[in-house]
Amino acid sequence: MKFNKAIKNLFIVLFSTLLISACSTAKKANVDTANDVYTGTDTVEFLAKGVPDRIFFATNKSSLTTASRDTLRKQATWMRKNKNVTVTVEGHADERGTREYNLALGERRANAAKDYLMTYGVSGKRISVISYGKERPVNPASSPLAWSQNRRSVTVKAN
Amino acid sequence: MKKIIFTLLLYILSWNNTHALITVDITRGNLDPLPIAVSPLHVDSESEKIPSFETSTLGEEISKIIEKNFKSTGLFNPLKKASFVQKPDIAHLKPRFEDWRLIKAQALVTGKLLIKNNKLKVEFRLWDLTAAKEMVALSFTTTPNNWRRVAHIISDKIYERLTGESGYFDTRIAFVSETGPKNQRIKKLALMDQDGFNTKYLTLGNELVLTPRFNPTNQLVTYLSYFKNMPRVYLLDIETGIQEVVGNFPGMTFAPRFSPDGKKIIMSFAKDGNSDIYSMDLETRVVEQITKHPSIDTSPSYSPDGKYITFNSDRSGLQQIYVMRSDGTQVKRITHGSGLYGTPVWSPRGDLIAFTKVRKGRFYIGVMRSDGTGERLLTENFYQEAPSWSPNGRVLIFYRETKSDSKGKGFSAKLWSIDITGYNERRLKTETDASDPSWSSLLSK
Repeated sequence: MKFNKAIKNLFIVLFSTLLISACSTAKKANVDTANDVYTGTDTVEFLAKGVPDRIFFATNKSSLTTASRDTLRKQATWMRKNKNVTVTVEGHADERGTREYNLALGERRANAAKDYLMTYGVSGKRISVISYGKERPVNPASSPLAWSQNRRSVTVKAN
Repeated sequence: MKKIIFTLLLYILSWNNTHALITVDITRGNLDPLPIAVSPLHVDSESEKIPSFETSTLGEEISKIIEKNFKSTGLFNPLKKASFVQKPDIAHLKPRFEDWRLIKAQALVTGKLLIKNNKLKVEFRLWDLTAAKEMVALSFTTTPNNWRRVAHIISDKIYERLTGESGYFDTRIAFVSETGPKNQRIKKLALMDQDGFNTKYLTLGNELVLTPRFNPTNQLVTYLSYFKNMPRVYLLDIETGIQEVVGNFPGMTFAPRFSPDGKKIIMSFAKDGNSDIYSMDLETRVVEQITKHPSIDTSPSYSPDGKYITFNSDRSGLQQIYVMRSDGTQVKRITHGSGLYGTPVWSPRGDLIAFTKVRKGRFYIGVMRSDGTGERLLTENFYQEAPSWSPNGRVLIFYRETKSDSKGKGFSAKLWSIDITGYNERRLKTETDASDPSWSSLLSK
């Protein structure tokens, strides 16, 4: 009986340890990324109050998430209000792809953002694009978190 | 009966003699490298003094370069000079074969040099010690400052004679020199001899530069520059230092390479975010669009006969390698294995395509036949890519990056080479970190 209890206790300890560790990893993933796209606020800067400057992408993808569209609509509204502002959209990739493909991927990401800004009423003449491929990481670490922060397009005020 | 056998044996021996007894098989990893003795070249006592270097040790220095070249192939085992049994000048006239065989050498290189009227005259001989005969004898004259190249040319001649393949020692590597922290890398175009000497920097590092590639005559380099924040393909004349933009494209051009005849540059052009492959004739300036597809098409490389182009595309959804005719017709996907494929480069021999493969978060350099069959992965690592062929199609040079910690520390980029046998992986020493290597053709043909 005593022996049984000891085993039972051991199981409780083991189980709770597993539960805690499972919680901590799940929590971390939830905070930082969803479906391979960074959702956190680290590294994000602002073009104006409430107007984030960047959006994030999934590995090898250039499609816009709901959150990205929301950010770009805010940028478009801000640009429509500030008619003299011109911007450069910088497209970036993480370090886990070949250099030349990443240049093309960065270009595609920057243009995805530009196209969306244009559908919300910003003239294409006010938006230039440039791809940096994997050349300008914002987070220099070699970790999934850093890579998700580096897969980005950043709208930068050009004038 | 006995007599017949004897005659036959004699016949075989003499036949072998005319074709040399020693040969080196380079088609597989060589676990038993050929023992070779490289005698210091004898310096003629009438040689003039040259201000830029020590004449008296020049013969020794040249022999050391030859030894280093041989050792780097993994096919030869240069023997220690301490065990050498004959003086260089005497050995060069006629070696005592049995004495050299005693130190287990199978081949012997001897030579002499003379500097007179500011000319360097070099003569060398390769001896087959087993057959007790001379295999090659050559002499040439050049300016004394070219002495390192002399050592490389001698190495090539010997490699050629012993392996039956052309060498790759009298060559240079164009690459990108890297310094500074990972998120603010300073990159310069650089050039060095194949053995890491004579490094020259071709740009100052004011703008980002990437992916330099030699033209077939090694006088020009095409590369990507972010000059004035406009990423475009450029052309640089190494001799004059003159740089020019290639074409007049209203967007990013990148991933350039020369056609095998050197007349065209093939590259990617990103129009409204979509990268397709274009070529430009350098003389007529005529631009031709070769692929037209809403996916990414990049990293084009011609076959050596110029009839085909291999390239990288994600038209299937993920990065794969394709081959098409050089006019853009008959596009055919050639990679079907699991994982992503990039950076295809056609071998100068035409038989193989080298590539980078990404699978389960690991990076591989590999080769396959140009129809995609016979894939062989040569090396696996955390990150490596961008293979470039040695001119004889036997060795690949590529770059490898290391993992960095949360602050970006631990990051490095280095040049490595590996034989297509999968053996003989080695790091090339560079003054700074380095990436994007391009191997020239033989400088002297």
